[in-house]
Amino acid sequence: MASIVLYLNNSAKDITFPLLEDRFQFLNPNTSSDSSFSSLAGTVRILLCVANSPVNSETLDKYPSLECVVGSTTGLNHIDLAECRRRGIRVTNAGDAFADDAADYAVGLLIDTLRRISAADRFVRAGSWAVKGQFPLSYKVWGKRVGIAGMGSIGRRISKRLQALGCSIAYNSRKPKANISFPFYASVQELASNVDILVVCLALTNETRHIINRDVMKALGKEGIIVNIGRGSLIDEKEMVKLLVKGEIGGAGLDVFENEPVVPQELYALGNVVLSPHRGGAVPESLLRLQEIMIANIEAFFANKPLLSEIELE
Amino acid sequence: MESIGVLMICPMNSYLEQELDKRFKLFRYWNIPQTQQFLKENSNSIRAVVGNSMAGADAQLIESLPKLEIVSSFSVGLDKIDLNKCKEKGIRVTNTPDVLTEDVADLAIGLMLAVLRRLCECDRYVRKGLWKTGDFKLTTKFTGKSVGIIGLGRIGTAIAKRAEAFDCPISYYSRSEKADTNYKYYPSVIDLASNCQILVVACSLTPETRHIINREVIDALGPKGVLINIGRGPHVDEAELVSALVEGRLGGAGLDVFENEPEAPEELFGLDNVVLLPHVGSGTIETRTAMADLVLGNLEAHFLNKPLLTPVV
Repeated sequence: MASIVLYLNNSAKDITFPLLEDRFQFLNPNTSSDSSFSSLAGTVRILLCVANSPVNSETLDKYPSLECVVGSTTGLNHIDLAECRRRGIRVTNAGDAFADDAADYAVGLLIDTLRRISAADRFVRAGSWAVKGQFPLSYKVWGKRVGIAGMGSIGRRISKRLQALGCSIAYNSRKPKANISFPFYASVQELASNVDILVVCLALTNETRHIINRDVMKALGKEGIIVNIGRGSLIDEKEMVKLLVKGEIGGAGLDVFENEPVVPQELYALGNVVLSPHRGGAVPESLLRLQEIMIANIEAFFANKPLLSEIELE
Repeated sequence: MESIGVLMICPMNSYLEQELDKRFKLFRYWNIPQTQQFLKENSNSIRAVVGNSMAGADAQLIESLPKLEIVSSFSVGLDKIDLNKCKEKGIRVTNTPDVLTEDVADLAIGLMLAVLRRLCECDRYVRKGLWKTGDFKLTTKFTGKSVGIIGLGRIGTAIAKRAEAFDCPISYYSRSEKADTNYKYYPSVIDLASNCQILVVACSLTPETRHIINREVIDALGPKGVLINIGRGPHVDEAELVSALVEGRLGGAGLDVFENEPEAPEELFGLDNVVLLPHVGSGTIETRTAMADLVLGNLEAHFLNKPLLTPVV
């Protein structure tokens, strides 16, 4: 029997997975003819969710035989995980496909924000160096105290990289991690009070929405920096913009926003803010690795073997 | 010490300038309209020169200051000081090593990430409102890229340690192989450039290392290679670099220094595979203060007949 996979792409993204196309038979609700589709919809057991295509009760109702959802991203906030759990549907994510690149990007944004790399590059390209003289002094990275909110596979990689840049690491997650020796703080607010830089790489769930709120940002302080490579809604964006504009926090490096691709225009004028269009994982090698992981998950599913990157549903 | 004349060559740091003004009799060379006249009238009271990476003490200046005892540079690089002339005349020379090593190495990594992951271009993309029209393209992975370092001194070593945390294999070229390191040594810059993806200039500028990055090296690095220069502008044959970048024969460059600062080649301003910085390697508040304190500490030590803190000559 052919391995039929439901291919769901209701995102705005034009993504293809060439490595998968040869191996599996895809059933695409957007392109299948009505007759073949309706017979298969009732029996398809596994769904490939492209980018941030929503998977909610309505979606799941259409495919009553679904047993597994294969995600193609690290974050799964577009999938109703509670609903999947209720229906006994297992879910996999991108595993560590994007982890190194996301960690690299977080470090890059951090250095850029503190050392004003993008701002200084603008200064040179505008011809200001010869006219205005020395670019204003920036802030040292070495020796800073970094708080990592979310110590998963990305948080760990960020820690390793930042330690080589002389930073000390502390973290917050739901529970302390067994094999992590960095100081643990039970709340993000406590973490923010004790660090110079807060790096946000948490999963977005109902519990973590706006977890970085005004109080947390005030605790970080006037010289504090935020780096967000998780999801925009982890931060109360409106409050963050107010604090940045007023100079009540020291700066921010942001790859994600609450309402992408919309970025608050008040940030454009700020030299202590680095803006990025959600490219933290976007390198060709990570997309290849993603496909390998998805293939492994799908093949394991059909072979009744343990899935490669199954996430724990609570 | 308020009667001791100190000649500051150019504006470099207001804290340093204020302190020099407080402690010594400070002459600001850049404010002097007729330098020949000034030197005739004041040379006998000038016993110290404070320079930096832009301007220091060449043979001509040294000759015109008969009472010069010490040149204290607000930099670690000594290429703007005629060291031989100083040695000949028994003039002491100090610089600012170690305090700026971390900043320069941090910036080198920042430049690598900015070039490969297109950080500055991404930021421009958002600020121009282009994200609404579509996603930015894929960029280039940094983890695991091979890094070749020219000069494995304090700064080169610090860069290597950081790059290792990104799983980058490290190789290097220096005048002689270092015994105490596991990094792969190449006996020539061309060999190094042929065998790495990111080439970093981290050696000192001397007559031997001028244009150490020339056409052949750039060709060896190639259309997928990236050059990072946190050394001195003259390390690179800038005209060759510009044409290689414009023509696509070199993959990208992160440059903090240029041959003719504060001029940077305008042909590069429109390229998206370069990051251009206005010589900010040590340009943090913390480090410039530490550098200034070293300059002041060295001058005071000298005039109090104590051992210099960071002597070169």
